[in-house]
Amino acid sequence: MMTIDFRRDPINILLLAALLIAGFFLPSWLRFLLQMAVAGGLVALGVMIQMRAGLVSFGQGLYYCIGAYAVGMLAVKMNVTELGILIPAAIIVTAVVGGILGLLLSRYRDIFFAMLSLALSMILYGLLVKAAWLGSTDGFNIPAVSYLGHVPAQAVREDWSYILTVVLVLISCFAVARYLASGAGALCDAVAQNELRLEYLGTSARKVVFIVYLVAATISGLGGALAAIAMGHIGPEMTNWTTSGGFVFVALLAGRGSVIAPVLGFFLLELVRTYALDYAPNAWQMILGAVMLAVILLLPEGLWSLVRRRSAK
Amino acid sequence: MKTNTLGAIIAGLATCAAATTASAADGDTIKIGFPVFLSGAAAGPFGQPEKEAAELLIEALNAGTVPAPYATTGIAGKTLEGTFVDEAANAVTEYRNLIERDNVDAVIGYTSSGNCKSVAPLAEDLKTLTVFVDCGTPQIFEEIVTEPTYLFRTGPTGTIDSVGAARYFQDSGVDLSRVAGINQNYAWGQDAWRDFTQSLSALDTGSEIVTEQFPKVYAGQYGAEVSALLTSTPTAVHTSFWGGDLEAFLLQAAPRGLFARSDVLMTCGEALFPRLADQIPEGAIIGARGPYSVFAPENDLSTWFNAAYEEKFGQKPTYPAWKMAQAIFGLKAAWEKAGEDADTDAVAAAFKNLEFETPAGTVKMAIGNGHQAIQGIAYGRYKKDADGNPGVEDVISYSAECVNPPNDMMSAEWIEAGFPNSNCE
Repeated sequence: MMTIDFRRDPINILLLAALLIAGFFLPSWLRFLLQMAVAGGLVALGVMIQMRAGLVSFGQGLYYCIGAYAVGMLAVKMNVTELGILIPAAIIVTAVVGGILGLLLSRYRDIFFAMLSLALSMILYGLLVKAAWLGSTDGFNIPAVSYLGHVPAQAVREDWSYILTVVLVLISCFAVARYLASGAGALCDAVAQNELRLEYLGTSARKVVFIVYLVAATISGLGGALAAIAMGHIGPEMTNWTTSGGFVFVALLAGRGSVIAPVLGFFLLELVRTYALDYAPNAWQMILGAVMLAVILLLPEGLWSLVRRRSAK
Repeated sequence: MKTNTLGAIIAGLATCAAATTASAADGDTIKIGFPVFLSGAAAGPFGQPEKEAAELLIEALNAGTVPAPYATTGIAGKTLEGTFVDEAANAVTEYRNLIERDNVDAVIGYTSSGNCKSVAPLAEDLKTLTVFVDCGTPQIFEEIVTEPTYLFRTGPTGTIDSVGAARYFQDSGVDLSRVAGINQNYAWGQDAWRDFTQSLSALDTGSEIVTEQFPKVYAGQYGAEVSALLTSTPTAVHTSFWGGDLEAFLLQAAPRGLFARSDVLMTCGEALFPRLADQIPEGAIIGARGPYSVFAPENDLSTWFNAAYEEKFGQKPTYPAWKMAQAIFGLKAAWEKAGEDADTDAVAAAFKNLEFETPAGTVKMAIGNGHQAIQGIAYGRYKKDADGNPGVEDVISYSAECVNPPNDMMSAEWIEAGFPNSNCE
C-alpha cells in the first residue's frame, strides 16, 4: 500500500465544504440523498481508516446502528429530543462500546478481525430482531428534534437537519484528517506493512490498532445518529451484514487517498442507485453491480485515484 | 486539477437536477407511484401480484372496461399513469424521489410494515395522497400518525388474521386443549402469535401452549421445528408464514404427518394455490388475510377481476393482487366523490370515512379516524373441487365489526380486554 501524506488533506475538506454548501440549493429530494450519503459516508470513512491499518471491518454497521439506537431510545423511551444531548450521547455510547470491544479486537488481524467484527454486529442484529419492545425488524420512528432548545417549524426542519449533518460531517472529516496526519494515524500504514518491525522499533501495534478501531467506531456512531435524525426511522437492518458490506464496498470503490473520498464515493453510489431504480426498476441491482465491477476493474485504487493521477501530472 | 474534477461533479449534479424538476405533471393525467417489492424474497409472493393488479387496473380503467360503479374512464376523467419503484431499496429516499423528482400525484403501495412505518410521517409532511396496500402492523394510525390527513390504508391490519384464526378454531369445534405455533422470528411473526394467543385467552378456550417455534425469517429449513411440533403433540397449530417460507414449511411438515395429526391453520395459506395446490393436504385450514380470492363474494367486480386477471397473466389473482385492486378503487372512489377538479386536500377529505365497493365487497374506512379500512375475514378447510381446482369448504366468515377494534381503541388493548363492542352477528 502506498504511504500517503494526510497533512495536506484539509484542502480537500474545504472542497467538500464548498460542495456541500452548494448542495444546500439542490432540489430537496437530491439534497436529502446527499445528506443521507454524507452521514453514511462517515461510516465508510471509519472502514477506510481501518483499511489503512490492513484491517477490513465487515461489521462497521454495529456502530452505525448503536449510534442510531442511542438517539432513538433516548428520544422515544426517555423523551429526550434535544440534539445537544442526543449527539454527545450517541458519541459517548459508541466510544464506550468501541473501547471495550477494541480491547478484544485489537489482538486480531486479517480474516480473524474481519470475521469477529462481523460476528459482533450480527449478535446485535439478533438481539434487536428478538426485541419486540423495540419494534423487532420493523424498527421504530424518531420524533422531530430540538436544536439547543429551538424546535424549527416543519417547513424549515429539513434545512436545519441538513446544516447539522454537513457541519458535523465536516468537523469529523477534519478531525480524522488530523488524526491520520498525526503519529498514531501515520503508524496505521506501518501496521499494515510490517508489524514485526514496528514492534522492534518500540511501538505497540495493538495500541495503534486499538486507537484506529476506536476512532472508526466513534465516527460511525455519529454517522448513525445523523442518519437516524435525517431518516426519522431506524431498524435492525442498520447492523445487518448487508449494510456493513455496503460500507466496505464504498471504501474500496472510493479509494483511500483522502478522508473525503468515502464521503463523496457514497454519494456517487447512491446517485447511481436512485437513477438505476428510476430507469430500470426490475434490473437496478444489475446496473449497480456492473458499475461496481467496472470501477474495480478499471480503477483498482478506487475513484480517488482519478484525482490523484491527474494532480500528479 | 482536483478542483476541476470536483467542479465537474457539481456541474453534473446541477444539470441532472434541472432536467428532472422540469417535468411537471400533466393536466390530463394522474400519475401514481407504486412502491412494490420487485426484488428480494417478498417480490414473488407480494410484489409480483401487486404490480400485475396495478397494471391490469390502469389499463382497464383507462379503457373504461371495468364494470359499475367504476365504469367511467381513468380517475375523474383523467388518464392514469403508473410508475413502479422497488420497495426493497431505501423506502424513505425513494418515496421522496417519487414525489419531489417524479412529481407523482399519489402513491399506492408498500407491503413491509417497516417501510410503512418510516414513510407514514413523511406522507403527512409532504402532503401527498398515500394509500398503503398491505403492511400488517396496526401501529400506523394507533401510534405513528394519530391525526392523519393524507395517509390511508385500504387493506385491513394483521389483527383480523389472528382474531379470526382463534374464532375459527373455536367455532369449527377444533380441540384447542394443546396449541402450538410456528412463526417467523421478526415483527410480523411475533405480532401474529401474540395477537393469536391473546385472542385464545379472550375467548376463554383454556388452551395450553405446548410449544412456540420462532425460526429465523427466510430460514427455509424447518426440520428441527417440525420435530418439536410433532413431539409436543399439539391438537391445533397456528402459523403466519408466507412466501417461500410457507412453501418450504408445507413441503417439509406435510410428509412427516403434522397435518394429519393436528389441525394446522395457515393465515396466508391461500397464496400457496398457484404453485402448490397439489401438495396442500385436504383439510388444512386456509386463510387469505381478508375476504379475497376463494373467500371473495360473488359480484360483478369480483367476477370481472378474476377473469380479467387470469386472461392477462394466466393464473388466478392471489390475495395481494386483490389488496392492490381495492387500493386503486378506493382512490378512484374518493377522487370522483370529491369531483373532477378536486385538489389533494379535497380528495383526502372525501376519502375519510369513505365506504366503497371492491371485488372483495364493501370496504369501510371506519377506524384510524376514518383512514384505516376494516374488512371481515374468512377461514375454511382446503378442498379441491371435482376438476382439481383449489378451493375451500366449511367456510366461516366473520364480519368486519367482529374482528376489528372500534375506532377509539388500540387493537392490542381491544384483544386483551376481550373484544369489547364487537358485533359478530
